[in-house]
Amino acid sequence: MSLGLNAAGIRADARRERATLAALTAPAFLILGALLFVPVGWLFWLSIHGDNGYTLENYTRMVVEPAYASVFVTTFELSLLVTALAVLLGYPLSYMIALLPPRAASACLTLVLVPFWTALLVRTYAWLVLLQRHGVVNSLLMNWGLIDQPLALVYNFTGTVIGMLHIMIPFLVLPLYANMRAIDRDYVRAAASLGASPTAAFWRVYLPLSMPGLAAGTVMVFVICLGFYVTPQFLGGGRVTTISMKIQENVATYFDWGAASSLGVVLLVITVAVFWGFSRLLPLRRLTEVSGS
Amino acid sequence: MTEDHVPARARLWLFVLGGLVIFFLVVPVLIVIPISFSDSTLLEFPPRTYSLRWYRALLESLEWRDAAWMSVKVAVLTTIVATPVGTAAAYGLHVGGFRLAGVLRLLVLAPLLVPVILTAIGIFYLYALLGLNNTLAGLVLAHTMLALPFVVLSVAAGLRSYDMAQERVARSLGAHWFRAFRSVTLPQIRLPVLSGALLAFIASFDEVIVAFFISGGEMATLPRKMFSALRDQIEPTIAAISTILVVLSVTTVAVVELTRQQKRQG
Repeated sequence: MSLGLNAAGIRADARRERATLAALTAPAFLILGALLFVPVGWLFWLSIHGDNGYTLENYTRMVVEPAYASVFVTTFELSLLVTALAVLLGYPLSYMIALLPPRAASACLTLVLVPFWTALLVRTYAWLVLLQRHGVVNSLLMNWGLIDQPLALVYNFTGTVIGMLHIMIPFLVLPLYANMRAIDRDYVRAAASLGASPTAAFWRVYLPLSMPGLAAGTVMVFVICLGFYVTPQFLGGGRVTTISMKIQENVATYFDWGAASSLGVVLLVITVAVFWGFSRLLPLRRLTEVSGS
Repeated sequence: MTEDHVPARARLWLFVLGGLVIFFLVVPVLIVIPISFSDSTLLEFPPRTYSLRWYRALLESLEWRDAAWMSVKVAVLTTIVATPVGTAAAYGLHVGGFRLAGVLRLLVLAPLLVPVILTAIGIFYLYALLGLNNTLAGLVLAHTMLALPFVVLSVAAGLRSYDMAQERVARSLGAHWFRAFRSVTLPQIRLPVLSGALLAFIASFDEVIVAFFISGGEMATLPRKMFSALRDQIEPTIAAISTILVVLSVTTVAVVELTRQQKRQG
């Protein structure tokens, strides 16, 4: 009898405990709800609602008008190229840091973090100064006699890629290095002692072991690239229009909320799809754990 | 053949390439420093003559001072709101047990996933209805929302490496859960909470796109003002501001790194 009462009491306690824990998350989700979920939901409603009720014209326009197609192509070209270059340059850098003794490794990691912590607009400004027609890079190259005419390094696609790459490399290196540091070097030694050449040991043992970190970094870089706005705005010189810039233009220049919202919804769907696709390959929890470290 | 089975030649190439990438990452950030001390309106490098004229221009400009002060206010308030709210959420989600906890753990990361431009125009639209555009409260609320995932991720990582049994012991000895949390758990996750607070501050202080839509004129933040200035001209006043910001960020990285190393040794 008393045992039964006790069990009921414990259950009531556990319920109260769960309610308290849920209540602790309430302020955060109130803020997220009011400032993210409601506004984004509202924009979605605007995108399918015209003057005469529901409509899909905002979405069909994206397919029909070539101007939109070129915005999508530009955004994807830019994102793919920057992601590929970030992997090509970020992988060797992470590998190098992983081979260094602890002190040197932490010094290198600090250097990688310097641009990571520097304000976005400061870095954008720095690239404008460096890459301009009479900027630092062109002056140096001409002084050394490597070129006769200044190269068009900025206010175009090239400048945008350089600026974005500079921002994205740390995003690749951080999860990748966290992964590489955890790799047991004995696996590589075992491969070598079994007769694998260093090249084979790298490609068949080390690279697969570093895959989770590489995948997490790659998907993060690609997804962030898809939403870029500030860098192409300043370094693209009007020659590079990304989806985000088109959204801004639709709102600020044409006050066309339907067009802006529908583009935003498509961008969000693509972003979530890329994440979801990757999380099927490796658990998303793992992904956030790696990126959070 | 070295101990880690990377041949010397490959190792050399790797270090040359890695070194070049670090050069690519660091040097462009530092280039603004000498330019800010130039005496010329041209962006020459290296400057022919040095002076402090751009710093003087900066100090004398009321607009820049207002913008910097505004950014500090917004970032401090954002940190004050986002840190306890994010810590509470991370704790609730970590101990969990209630329904939806799994879904909420993913949803709390949404501000990182939703393209910022979409968030920005959504908040602008909402604030237009509520009359919150160009207000301090509006900026702080928006930045708090954007900063929450950083606090939650940081605190959650701290809680994962913390042994919850300690708190249960305190509670079994009769401590109320809040007391148990405050005097047993919180001191041990102090560093992740602090680094979450630091990330929240930076997330707000650096934020451009949302501020571009919801702040302007006298309420403009520093990045908002830099955004307009960069569109108009790229004179060295911005180099002076950039230098100050670079010095601040380098100091932050150094302090964080030193604390981490001390913690490891201690």
